[in-house]
Amino acid sequence: MTTTENARKPSLPIVENFTRRAAVKGGFATLGAAAFVAAVSPLRQAAEDKSAAEFMQQHYTELSPQQKADVIARLEAEAKENYGADVTIADDRPIPGTKFVYAINLSVCNGNGKCVEACHKENNHDRDTNQSYIRVLEMPKGTMDMEKGNTTYTGAVPQDDKFYLPVQCQQCDEPPCVDVCPVKATWKEEDGIVVVDYNWCIGCRYCEAACPYHARRFNWKKPEVPADEVNPDQSYLSNRIRPVGVVEKCTYCLHRTRRGKLPACLEACPTGARVFGNILDKDSNIRWILENKRVYILKEELGTKPAFFYYFD
Amino acid sequence: MSSITTTPQPNEPNGKQSHITSYPKFIGRSLWLATEGSFAFYAWMTMLTALFLVGANAWANQVAGGMIATNMTDQVSWGLYIANFTFMVGLAAGGVMMVIPAYLYHDRKMHDVVIIGELLAIAAIVMCLMFVVADLGRPDRFWHMLPIVGKFNWPISMLTWDVIVLNGYLLLNLHICGYLLYMRFLGRKPNPTWYIPFVMLSIVWAISIHTVTAFLYCGLGGRPFWNTALLAPRFLASAFVSGPAFIIVSMVLIKRLTGVGGLDQPIATLTKIIRVTILINLLMVASELFTEFYTGGSHVSAAKYLFFGLHGKTALVPWTWTAIGLNVTAALLFLWPGLLRLRWRPLLVTACLMAFVGAWIEKGMGLIIPGFVPSTLHEIVEYVPSQLEWKVTVGIWAFGLMVFTVALKTALPTLKHPAEH
Repeated sequence: MTTTENARKPSLPIVENFTRRAAVKGGFATLGAAAFVAAVSPLRQAAEDKSAAEFMQQHYTELSPQQKADVIARLEAEAKENYGADVTIADDRPIPGTKFVYAINLSVCNGNGKCVEACHKENNHDRDTNQSYIRVLEMPKGTMDMEKGNTTYTGAVPQDDKFYLPVQCQQCDEPPCVDVCPVKATWKEEDGIVVVDYNWCIGCRYCEAACPYHARRFNWKKPEVPADEVNPDQSYLSNRIRPVGVVEKCTYCLHRTRRGKLPACLEACPTGARVFGNILDKDSNIRWILENKRVYILKEELGTKPAFFYYFD
Repeated sequence: MSSITTTPQPNEPNGKQSHITSYPKFIGRSLWLATEGSFAFYAWMTMLTALFLVGANAWANQVAGGMIATNMTDQVSWGLYIANFTFMVGLAAGGVMMVIPAYLYHDRKMHDVVIIGELLAIAAIVMCLMFVVADLGRPDRFWHMLPIVGKFNWPISMLTWDVIVLNGYLLLNLHICGYLLYMRFLGRKPNPTWYIPFVMLSIVWAISIHTVTAFLYCGLGGRPFWNTALLAPRFLASAFVSGPAFIIVSMVLIKRLTGVGGLDQPIATLTKIIRVTILINLLMVASELFTEFYTGGSHVSAAKYLFFGLHGKTALVPWTWTAIGLNVTAALLFLWPGLLRLRWRPLLVTACLMAFVGAWIEKGMGLIIPGFVPSTLHEIVEYVPSQLEWKVTVGIWAFGLMVFTVALKTALPTLKHPAEH
């Protein structure tokens, strides 16, 4: 191969034998492109599981009633196809004049973990990873330092020298998880519940990093739930089976509580340690407790203003 | 485009039209040139392509099967990808350490080679964006992050700020490099109005990309290990070590492989910069450790885990002490005045590599992981990257090096015959 003399003086050298070189380079480029297509071929399979309608779906708050109905019909069909379960997905909206708060009586909670289990079943969590929105810490008496707690305790409960601290989403009034979300996939509703649009979340897990209460969970894989164990009473913003690759969280069981029922964890609690209600209702039990008991919140110094309270008798 | 008065192609009717035809020609010629080279060059590019394909395949499998294939958990929800992302932002910002002497202090020698730093910034930002995409659970929903078509949580989310500053920095550097090389291609003198303001802006912008990236972490009150005002300055200090270190090694290689001259003085300037920044970085690390360990309390547990292990869990301890060993040794080498002598070049390269790897560990595994250990409920869940994560990471690094190599090849004629401007 010869190089040209610098007579024509363009600053970049010109290579002769253009066509032969071009052919060789083109050949290698084609080879590279083919290898690339082969390398990323698993993507094709991933794409087959997702419809164009899902890809194009707008944010929950921007869907028209008709679009919402279409989306829900599609999600119900997908549940049938993927899980073999007949489910109903409702679009439960906040009840005006309602602000939900939760309280736990630490004098009574004995760490039996029934709430954890009930949450797991109610919210159609992945059976394989045994996921739940609730974590219970076994704490030595005489400290509030979580450092000294243990989330993986086993054996008989309650232990004499221990107390039990269940932690779940605190539905903060200043939620750091909502602030950090780059796409507004998570927000706080009027009744105080922080929700996630599972069809808008991009799975960056920044909210998971921001949450001081370990309240958020990521779907590291496609959830597995046997057809006969699927809870068919679902809502778009709460316990419908989540897609892979998105973040989810406790919604105070809004598919129950917005229909006048109590959260699953509360119903499952055998000790009566859990109290739930509308703080705006002057006659409610929860209001009486917050006014008359020694109440405190977790990590108050962070300024997250939880709507989740702990109290002692 | 009215500033162009001398037109080398007389057959073009006016300046505007000539750009429409000659800019694509410039791009095509550059790409053609970038694929010309010796056997060693082709071997190097083939190796990088192979590594990139391995990474692409691993990533495709991750998307198909879910991120369960990584070793991340709900407790440690960010891992190797975000660790590398953080480090790469630093590398991109560090490139500016060539721009400052060149344009603020009118260092002539630096002027001729400043484009190396800018090209590094381009390659590093491309890698940053790839690491972020690799970390997304739903990369198919990437468009949700775009302003207007998606839902952009600006100005509240720091991540949206990061999207803006990183892409802005990429565009700035693409413009500066593209313009300078294009003018060179046309055989014209670059018009300062078209690039000097952008160069000045890129100095401020380089600081901003690393500051915003630090704010991503230090703005989280629930993560005491990150929640320190010193994080952004620390990020910058270590960026101004790793960036120049990488460029010094690149320049030593360029000098050896291509015969580009005039690199010794820029190498000396960058070495002098590292002498200062590496000490500032160590000082800041020491300050943080002092407040952590002298005060004690619950805030110290992440630092304890990092340096000594906590409750018998010690996965990060070897990483940490390796980083400290590398950083301190590199600092001592840089302090030795003889390091700049030509016969000690291999030692200089060694010192640079040590500082580079030290910063990589410090900004990556040493910063991201201890933010999650212990978790916010003080569970200690350890994290060691999975094989798939390593493959994806290596693939992205290979791609970044490919971009950098191709970009440098394009700039070689300019580097060989620097124009006087």
